[in-house]
Amino acid sequence: MAARLYRNGGFVADEWTHLDDEAELPAEGAFVVPLARFLAAAADLPQGVRLAPLVKASDDPASLAGHLAALELVVVDFAKFSDGRGYSTARLLRQRYGFAGEVRASGDVLLDQIPLMRRVGFDAFSVVNEPTIRALEAGHDVDVPLYLQPAERAGEVPAGARYWARRPAGAQLS
Amino acid sequence: MYRYDEFDAHFVSARVDQFRDQVQRRLAGDLTEEQFKPLRLMNGVYLQLHAYMLRIAIPYGTLNAVQMRRLAHVARTYDRGYGHFTTRQNIQFNWPRLKDIPEILSQLAEVEMHAIQTSGNCIRNVTADHFSGAAADEILDPRPYAEILRQWSSLHPEFSYLPRKFKIAVTGAPHDRAAVQVHDIGLQAVRDADGNVGFRVFVGGGLGRTPMVGRLVREFLPEADLLAYSEAILRVYNRYGRRDNKYKARIKILVHETGLEELKADIEAEFAEIRDGVLKLPASEIERITTYFDPPAFVAADGDEAVLEAAIAADPQLEAFAARNVHPHRAPGYASLTISLKPIGKAPGDATAEQMEVVADLAERYGHDEIRVSHEQNLVLPHVRRRDIPAIHAALVEAGLGEANAGLVTDIIACPGLDYCALATARSIPVAQRISERFGSPERQREIGDLKIKISGCINACGHHHVGHIGILGVEKKGEEYYQITLGGSADENTSVGEIIGRGFSYDEVVDAIEKVVDTYVGLRETPQEDFLAAYRRVGDQPFKEALYGTA
Ligand code: HEM
Ligand code: SF4
Repeated sequence: MAARLYRNGGFVADEWTHLDDEAELPAEGAFVVPLARFLAAAADLPQGVRLAPLVKASDDPASLAGHLAALELVVVDFAKFSDGRGYSTARLLRQRYGFAGEVRASGDVLLDQIPLMRRVGFDAFSVVNEPTIRALEAGHDVDVPLYLQPAERAGEVPAGARYWARRPAGAQLS
Repeated sequence: MYRYDEFDAHFVSARVDQFRDQVQRRLAGDLTEEQFKPLRLMNGVYLQLHAYMLRIAIPYGTLNAVQMRRLAHVARTYDRGYGHFTTRQNIQFNWPRLKDIPEILSQLAEVEMHAIQTSGNCIRNVTADHFSGAAADEILDPRPYAEILRQWSSLHPEFSYLPRKFKIAVTGAPHDRAAVQVHDIGLQAVRDADGNVGFRVFVGGGLGRTPMVGRLVREFLPEADLLAYSEAILRVYNRYGRRDNKYKARIKILVHETGLEELKADIEAEFAEIRDGVLKLPASEIERITTYFDPPAFVAADGDEAVLEAAIAADPQLEAFAARNVHPHRAPGYASLTISLKPIGKAPGDATAEQMEVVADLAERYGHDEIRVSHEQNLVLPHVRRRDIPAIHAALVEAGLGEANAGLVTDIIACPGLDYCALATARSIPVAQRISERFGSPERQREIGDLKIKISGCINACGHHHVGHIGILGVEKKGEEYYQITLGGSADENTSVGEIIGRGFSYDEVVDAIEKVVDTYVGLRETPQEDFLAAYRRVGDQPFKEALYGTA
């Protein structure tokens, strides 16, 4: 089943095409390629080709540090939703390396993990799971919109007396 | 005690709503069991041999009378009239129905309780010394720090899908009653020469099939760095802990395979990046949380002790209770009381709804409204006036809670075992019951003295058998239950893993074998003050081997 891209509260068209290690790089377009391939190709890209890395759970985002300023997108893959390494990857991209582009979750992306993913810095979700797509289309939000630790999502604001408590911007302690 | 503010109240009720929705989506088929499992586990819901089980957090083991009464209500309304207090300061209900669980959680939320992260591959309920804020030997009350850790770890976005569960324990006393060295992170609060508060930090302790004692990674972690350093440890673990084999996924294995020095360097490098960030704890915030745990006003008077002494002189049962279940308190004229959930021949850790209510009443009337759950599966009234001990004791006896066996041979820790647990290879509760009956005479127990027996029904070691002075592990051999005995384990400041003494014993033989071990100890101790562990450490396993297997 084809993945659908969820960003800023709605499904949008995805201008990026995934390529594996074997597929030849076309002369122009926007492509997501495995991290190693990205690192090998990034220095010497043809005009008209935009490239973004696909970072697997076991990949170290530190290897991207020198490239991030020029990057639009990093895709972090969740082969299994229960493998939490991607959360640290996203957080490091934002917190440590100051990446300001899109950080997209792909793979086994499910409704109940999306609120946590948003908080560690993901801002786009490539979703295959059908109940998740349905719920997102219906605007079904499953977040606990109060947080007990600062994280990476832009726009969270302090909540209440504790200096580490946060809530989404705009939301009230209703 | 910590009290919820508006934020906490909304947080917990939003969490209940979230889980209610997840249960509905599970029942509607939108979530597979595999997808639902971590969600229910992080709300304390296990699937057991016969039914669902609900594990409710009692953060750092502290609760008040209203909360205890609510647990009694849950036991009566949604379970079979009792609950089971566990070794990690939680309470478990063994018979709730899945469809009732959101309602139970919402009733608990009304009294500031929850089941968040009592299970699952996340940071679990933070535990602490059950005499915190009361013990005479305490340097400082560790609960404010446990509360700060509880908050930081609750629904942590980065650390909810760890390789495996992650347990943190904190103690504020040199004598460790919280078993910190068998936790993933163990913290011992200390003061430096200038009076500043910090922590000795142990990493990588754990039991299960590969028992390991935690390794010291920091002699003195300043209190301001508590969260940043914890986050550094968790991030290293989340990124590098093994995920290919769930039996090798705890941080203890990462410590073991990476090597302590290298892992320490990784943690320090991560810590260096974040130490001056937003997690640095301001002194004002530590103070603010600490005031929640301010001690009550203690009011002892001259003549209190005489009242107690006179009552003890008139009542041998009370005398035994005072000798075993009363612990030194830092305030003059006060004591902490252990309420034993180990009546002779009963399942360790179980309490009926009525018993919970009796304890709630006593806490309100005599105990500054404070109750603790100990990791030894007993309850504690941390602050009672010594003069009131006779009245409390009388009420406990009436409720079947007056057993004077704290720390004795019948104060056994046992996991649920084959009677409840899907993973079990042998029964453990009935073994505990039989040992308890064998040694049930008060004189005999007191003559034997301090002795910790711990029983697990399989290699997962929920019953902590590795750190029992005498440990019993139930295994299966050719379709029959067998029990392996380990000697010399301990979970205090001198933590050690017990050693297997020899071939196992059948269900019928195991109680006799334990009796032989105990009698051998009594026969060889140098003085009655030399407890089992000290004697074992002095003489080694040879005399016990001979007693069990002969000299051959
Ligand atoms: C009844 C169902 C239960 C099941 C299915 C269960 C399952 C497990 C499993 C699989 C482990 C090993 C985890 C590991 O080392 O990776 C474990 C460890 C443990 N469990 Fe349980 N458990 C149950 C009940 C309990 C109860 C009632 C208690 C408390 C009295 C408890 C306390 C513990 C403790 C303290 C550990 C050892 C943690 C360590 O290795 O450091 N469990 N449990
Ligand atoms: S030790 Fe084994 S039998 Fe006992 S509760 Fe744990 S998993 Fe079950």
